[in-house]
Amino acid sequence: MSNQSSPANAGISVHIGHVAPLNQANVDTDQIIPKQFLTSVTKSGYGKHLFHDWRYLDLHEQEPNPDFVLNKPEHEGASILLTRENFGCGSSREHAPWSLDDYGFKVVIATSFADIFYGNCINNSLLPVQLESAQIDALFEAVAQDPACQVVVDLPQQQVRFNDQVIGFDIAPHHKNNLIKGLDAIGQTLELDAKIKAFEDQQPAWQY
Amino acid sequence: MSTTLYDKIFQAHIVDEIGDDALLYIDRHLIHEVTSPQAFDGLTQKGREVRRPDLTFATMDHSISTRSLAIDACGPANKLQLQTLADNCEANGIQLFPVGHQKQGIVHVMGPELGLIKPGMTVVCGDSHTATHGAFGALAFGIGTSQVEHVFATQTLKQSKGKCMQVKVSGARPLGVTAKDIILAIIGKIGHAGATGCVIEYCGDTIEGLSMEERMTVCNMSIEAGAKAGLIAPDQTTFDYLEGREYAPKGADWDAAVAYWKTLKSDADAKFDIVVELAAKDIAPQVTWGTNPGQVIGVNQPIPAPEDFSDPIDRDSAVKALKYMDIQAGQKLADLTVNHVFIGSCTNGRIEDMRAAAAIAKQGKVAQNVTAIVVPGSVAVKAQAEAEQLDKIFLDAGFEWRLPGCSMCLGMNDDILSQGDRCASTSNRNFEGRQGRGARTHLVSPAMAAAAALAGRFADTRDFIAND
Repeated sequence: MSNQSSPANAGISVHIGHVAPLNQANVDTDQIIPKQFLTSVTKSGYGKHLFHDWRYLDLHEQEPNPDFVLNKPEHEGASILLTRENFGCGSSREHAPWSLDDYGFKVVIATSFADIFYGNCINNSLLPVQLESAQIDALFEAVAQDPACQVVVDLPQQQVRFNDQVIGFDIAPHHKNNLIKGLDAIGQTLELDAKIKAFEDQQPAWQY
Repeated sequence: MSTTLYDKIFQAHIVDEIGDDALLYIDRHLIHEVTSPQAFDGLTQKGREVRRPDLTFATMDHSISTRSLAIDACGPANKLQLQTLADNCEANGIQLFPVGHQKQGIVHVMGPELGLIKPGMTVVCGDSHTATHGAFGALAFGIGTSQVEHVFATQTLKQSKGKCMQVKVSGARPLGVTAKDIILAIIGKIGHAGATGCVIEYCGDTIEGLSMEERMTVCNMSIEAGAKAGLIAPDQTTFDYLEGREYAPKGADWDAAVAYWKTLKSDADAKFDIVVELAAKDIAPQVTWGTNPGQVIGVNQPIPAPEDFSDPIDRDSAVKALKYMDIQAGQKLADLTVNHVFIGSCTNGRIEDMRAAAAIAKQGKVAQNVTAIVVPGSVAVKAQAEAEQLDKIFLDAGFEWRLPGCSMCLGMNDDILSQGDRCASTSNRNFEGRQGRGARTHLVSPAMAAAAALAGRFADTRDFIAND
């Protein structure tokens, strides 16, 4: 069993880590990474701004908010984010998964995800795990009891394991395959160039 | 087998089928400065090229000043982002409408007004409000930057077929009820995540009666209900809007295009996964009270209490929203003072929006405690408004008349609010901190925003219409 780190496209398999419990529904991408950090032209360096408005009491990120989950000593080093319904709603900014990844999260477990955010996670090797509401409750409870609780997220077996619990999760086979193998999606599509060309040749010019 | 409009457009763009996914051809790719630089970088790193620069159009909108045409007006980071877009477009042969260009505007205002968006197209942009273009009966959706790179390199995207939700709005629209009120009422009914995993097709005689600009307002906020896209079947209103626009087909091509476009509608017996119905007569001018667009009420309804919600998640969200918004259950919106008004955005930055706001603005003066800005959605909208002397109406009433851009919808420039500000905004998101840390956003129509500016608090736009 390996605790693999997952830079984008490196592939992920089994992750073991601690959980940061963010007990809130409808966490939008403006909360995950506010607009003032979107002016960068690179993919890196967003982790320090993750959840900026909640995480810091000041605009300059000098005063951590002691009440925010990521600032609590018992959740330091957490690599699994646990949250609730409709996580990642709002804008399509891929800066959201970039900031989660850059902070050190490898897995986000939620009751549900917004569509664009979910796809952005897959494309950045950040594993989105969707569980039932009661299962999410059980995991929140386990972390409340023991913040150091080790959670295993096993993508090949599609299981989340903690304490003596084993919870299965669904993921589309092609997403699973791409996450495990870390495939170059563009490279795969470029192999279909002849089909793309054939499609283009059939289109009437007025279409564009 | 009978099919929906969504089925037809999806089917017509399948290049290949890969497991559960389809590889869809993308007909139009719109780009802007915020979500494209990392995609261009990715191409460069792999030695790849933009496959169809001719299908790709760029504009500057998010990071630009609304007070100055200088690209460094909002600081070095914004300047670098804008310059990077210009450099990338130059290097890849992509048509860019930079700041100062006659065709520049918010990406979702610029595209339609140039005729770049046609029925039956697949349209993508690294921006969730790409759903706007569904107003033309185009399958249009927002994508992340990895997907922007994928479209650059291949002009395709892997997509799973979503569910299709039919939202039917019927009956005559009451006086003072705008497209913004219709879409906010829809989101209020189905919820902020109510259409997750779905494409919405809007239909019914109320929708058919909307102008193209009004349809764009409706489709624009599909994402605010969690939907991937919104669609309205093209009809004579669509064709009339498109005819003669720069990138619309001409001559015999026009006739061929219209003949095809007329086939783009759901079959009468098409099956939808979910059906939602609203009566236009039940819709009043809307105001959001909370911190997501589903937390919305009619202007004369009291602010709800957490106990009003049966779902525990909604109840909890209401508690948090009331606290953040600094309002109490049972309070009247008319008792809430606003100190900022923003009229603009890809939701409500078009000429009809300017006219609707101006019709109210001319009835008074902006209240003393209010800063009100009007930001046209494009250079073309600004020019048209000025030709109609709407700018004069706004300025005389005490509104500021700005240069086009996304502006205070998300505040990537210097149009941001401060802690505790309360804003009546014609934009699309009332999330915590969206317009500035600690600031409170209430989403409304342009007429409602103008009314709030004059009254210094939320006011029923219908009282102004009666005076008009």
